[in-house]
Amino acid sequence: MYASVLGLLSERPPVVQVIPLSGRYIPKPSDTVIGTVADVQGTFWLLDIGAPRWAPLHMTGTPWQIEVGETERFLRVGDAVVVQIESLEATGRIGVTMNGEGLGKLDGGTIVRISPARIPRVVGRNGSMIDTIRRLTGAEVVVGQNGRVWIGGTPEAIHRVSEVLRIIEENAQHSGLTDRVESYLRSTTPTGGQGPEEPPHEHAHRDAPPRVLNSAEPDEDAVAAEDEPPEPAEPGEH
Amino acid sequence: MGSVGAKEVPVLLSPEGLRIDGRQLNELRPIRIQVGALHNADGSAFVEWGANKVMAAVYGPREVHPRHLQQNNKAVIQCKYNMAAFAVDERKRPGLDRRSQEISKVIGEAFESVVFAEEYPRTSIDIYIEVLQANAGTRCAGLVAASMALADAGIPMVDLLPAVAVGKIAGKIALDLKKEEDNFGDADLPMALVPQSGRLVLLQMEGHMTEDELSQSLELGVQGCREIYEKMKQALRERYATGPIGGSA
Repeated sequence: MYASVLGLLSERPPVVQVIPLSGRYIPKPSDTVIGTVADVQGTFWLLDIGAPRWAPLHMTGTPWQIEVGETERFLRVGDAVVVQIESLEATGRIGVTMNGEGLGKLDGGTIVRISPARIPRVVGRNGSMIDTIRRLTGAEVVVGQNGRVWIGGTPEAIHRVSEVLRIIEENAQHSGLTDRVESYLRSTTPTGGQGPEEPPHEHAHRDAPPRVLNSAEPDEDAVAAEDEPPEPAEPGEH
Repeated sequence: MGSVGAKEVPVLLSPEGLRIDGRQLNELRPIRIQVGALHNADGSAFVEWGANKVMAAVYGPREVHPRHLQQNNKAVIQCKYNMAAFAVDERKRPGLDRRSQEISKVIGEAFESVVFAEEYPRTSIDIYIEVLQANAGTRCAGLVAASMALADAGIPMVDLLPAVAVGKIAGKIALDLKKEEDNFGDADLPMALVPQSGRLVLLQMEGHMTEDELSQSLELGVQGCREIYEKMKQALRERYATGPIGGSA
């Protein structure tokens, strides 16, 4: 008897299983995942969700009214979206949908990749960890089960959340992680003199607009412009 | 005897039966394996084997490029072996050549027989092997590195693939030839073993051997592979003992 993948042996008679230590994201139905558009076709987009295959998002799976051939007006290569796994077929095809609460396009912000196995630690029990992070950084955070975390807000808030994600990933096996993250965030007050207790959205900036969920129409400017305007420089220190 | 110093055949075996670097006939060169050496690949490994330095990176399973190579019932395994221009004494002309194409092919085929490709239809598992410094036995070092990178990438396999070359120097069968032994020896026989089954999934030969010498070589090579296999498993344990999982909580 042997294991086919590198992992930890778990023996709970009569069940013997190997918990993989690495590997790509394996999609599960009803998982919420963050993807980036890898290819645009006439009636659908292909999303890179970190799985072995690209996941097709059909235009009927969006809240938008789209004519055939108009797909590129709504999502272009590189755009980030939150979608839900709808179906898994024997061929390996991964069906996703954008219809549902909390699903849609993500504007601005940054995507950080961590191991999908670490996601439960990022969320915490009943969302305790993610609530702590949102409260103490003022950032908007969307967690995908595929190990991708979208962070929106000021450059500084984004940086602090990325740091926290790194801490969680490195210490995932330790207990009391939420307390540890909380004390880390409290000990590193954001520059600019504002305390960590500032309510969320106080830091919201125009250069990193909050995500727009299920907006009926795409941003006309973004569609018209061949290239995205460069991001404004970081706000001056004071 | 040649007249030019550099071309002179070195004494490959001392009267005491020791090799050019002091090894016994059945002794491997020192091997150091580092798993997870790169960040952007799904799996990676760096192997230093004697004076060889080889890096391997694995991506996938992922979408197949180019598309027409896609197979509906299994993953395709694409292997690319490359040697850096600075890997040898005289600058190697960079890029694809007949040698690297051949090695890419035989290594890729070796992995096709151990990877469970049917689990990922219509995808590609891409293996990149970069030889940074060469001193004979780079295809074996590359195979070992790629094997570790595949395990690091979480790709299901029957087993790891240890590999080693056996050769004939000064009329004697010797394990794991180094450069001088390869250049001035009489034969070179690289092989890769599936330790679980004892099956060989790569076997090539250059030079001449008698039938007896061949079976003696195979025996010695399999023994060498098993020794390397232990080092490979140890390297994987080390990687995850200090890594994010498996440490004491």
